Amino acid sequence: MTIGQAAGLKLGKAVRDAFGTALKELGNEFPTVVTVDGDVGNSTRTEVFAKAFPERGFNVGIAESNMVGVAAGLAAAGKIPVVSSFAAFLTCNAYDQIRMCVAYPHLNVKMVGSHAGISIGEDGASQMAIEDIALMSALPGVAVVVPADAPSTKHLVKGMLEHKGPVYMRCGRIDVPEIYGPDSVLTIGKANQLRDGKNLTIIANGLMVGIALDAAVALEAKGITARVLDLHTVSPIDQEAIVKAVKETGRLVVAEEHLPHGGVGSAVASVTAQLAPCPIEFVNIGNTYAESGDPEGLLKKYGLTAEAIVAAAEKVCSR
Amino acid sequence: MAIFKPLSLDEMKAKTKVLRRHIVRMTTEAGSGHPSSSMSAVEMVTALFFGGFMQHDPAQPRWNNRDRFILSKGHAVPVLYAALAECGYFPVEELMTLRKLGSRLEGHPNMKRLDCIEASTGSLGQGLSVGVGHALACHMDGLSAHTYVMLGDGEMGEGQVWEALASAEKYKLANLTAIVDQNGYQQTGATKDVLKLTEFQPKIEAFGWHVQTINGNDIEQVIAALTIARSIKDRPTAIVSQTQKGFGILPILAPTGDLNYHGKPLSKELAEKALALLAD
Repeated sequence: MTIGQAAGLKLGKAVRDAFGTALKELGNEFPTVVTVDGDVGNSTRTEVFAKAFPERGFNVGIAESNMVGVAAGLAAAGKIPVVSSFAAFLTCNAYDQIRMCVAYPHLNVKMVGSHAGISIGEDGASQMAIEDIALMSALPGVAVVVPADAPSTKHLVKGMLEHKGPVYMRCGRIDVPEIYGPDSVLTIGKANQLRDGKNLTIIANGLMVGIALDAAVALEAKGITARVLDLHTVSPIDQEAIVKAVKETGRLVVAEEHLPHGGVGSAVASVTAQLAPCPIEFVNIGNTYAESGDPEGLLKKYGLTAEAIVAAAEKVCSR
Repeated sequence: MAIFKPLSLDEMKAKTKVLRRHIVRMTTEAGSGHPSSSMSAVEMVTALFFGGFMQHDPAQPRWNNRDRFILSKGHAVPVLYAALAECGYFPVEELMTLRKLGSRLEGHPNMKRLDCIEASTGSLGQGLSVGVGHALACHMDGLSAHTYVMLGDGEMGEGQVWEALASAEKYKLANLTAIVDQNGYQQTGATKDVLKLTEFQPKIEAFGWHVQTINGNDIEQVIAALTIARSIKDRPTAIVSQTQKGFGILPILAPTGDLNYHGKPLSKELAEKALALLAD
């Protein structure tokens, strides 16, 4: 992968790997944490935790609906269940269970969807969650968190376990560049400014943060300076950071590995429409399903590149 | 921790009439609700809450080692509200606020509004999974608490129920009892006409559970079955509780020509007749 190269970033681990490792490392500090899997723990990496704490790891089989219900019962009885599957199957297959058993009673269930977005690559569109942010942020009281790299994942996993109430964390499959240092501190609900600029702000999360940083470098060569905000928490959204960005830079580009509707772009636009109207351009996969292919080729074909962000930035600056 | 002194058989029989009267009154006052789906389950709920099977404490509804009752067939919540009020979790007069704006007694159970409700239900097929989670947690914590989950027979059409049955067997949850309130009807008619899932005992036994089939409107059979269920120590247990929808007020429902009487309250006139029939 060439993500982060222009910005001088080094390739690090995948978010899913960092999630599994962090969960295991926090196992003793959070003795009530248990994992509930739908037989893909080796892919979502909860297996790392379950191997270290075998009496606290449950695999209920390929049965996502039951998996979420079991997690709700465990939470009602005082545990902190971390329930995980591929993001597509967790959020789409078990959506009613998430709504009824977790969100409606506001139970302390941590829902982790791995293999999110088109960057999973060759397995194809059936495995790619591209609507999960829309689904999960539609539910009242559910925090939606999208880490950008391994070091921030480590910190956000702890934040997720400390957070009281339901959380959805979206994890990608592929290795991504390291954006944060090992001691970075991130707070759920607070966007993180990675770079300052005066002409526009690029808001991104997940995989798109590294690509946004590359775009900012390319824009600088063209005389356009861009602030880059890592909006790792989509819900509750950091209105303050968004309004500040509009006031100080005047324009926004929102980049996400998601459908155009209901995701980060919609969430940001709903804040600006109400509190700080401004020109905005959106970079996303478009209103379509993707296909099988290598991750880099898919990102290029579906418009998730630094070049696409640069074009959007130039367009928004001309408005 | 309060352990309720079990009622005598005669006292329990009297209590079933009290619960049925509450069900009639509150649904007629609300002008909506599911009295007939509640009526079929009265003997089971009475035996659980008043027969010494459930250890629970109205002063500490979320006491760790309480026995749990989850009503997966959430539309039958009037029977649960009636029992909870009779136990002292909230005033009996509050039953008349059922389904009204601002009331804690919503049309389907909501655990955020009433802390004696163990699970928010109303989307069918989900309660047994939540019960598996409770039973797993109690087992991990070395608690003696037992979890009871009541399902409807129509609800067994949901695939998630069978997922839950399989997962409970995997973890040998002897502290979990599923009760299928087989009253024979679902929304559009007889359960046997919708899906041929009616032979529950062999199906659930095939999942490795201990299963008993009883007449669930005979409280002595209910007590015997719950006693056996509690004595099984190596696997989860199920009771297929064959009941009649509207049991207790069937002479009132029969002349209406609708023995299903699903999701509608009795008119004030029919309610008066029902209350007379259910008088002490």
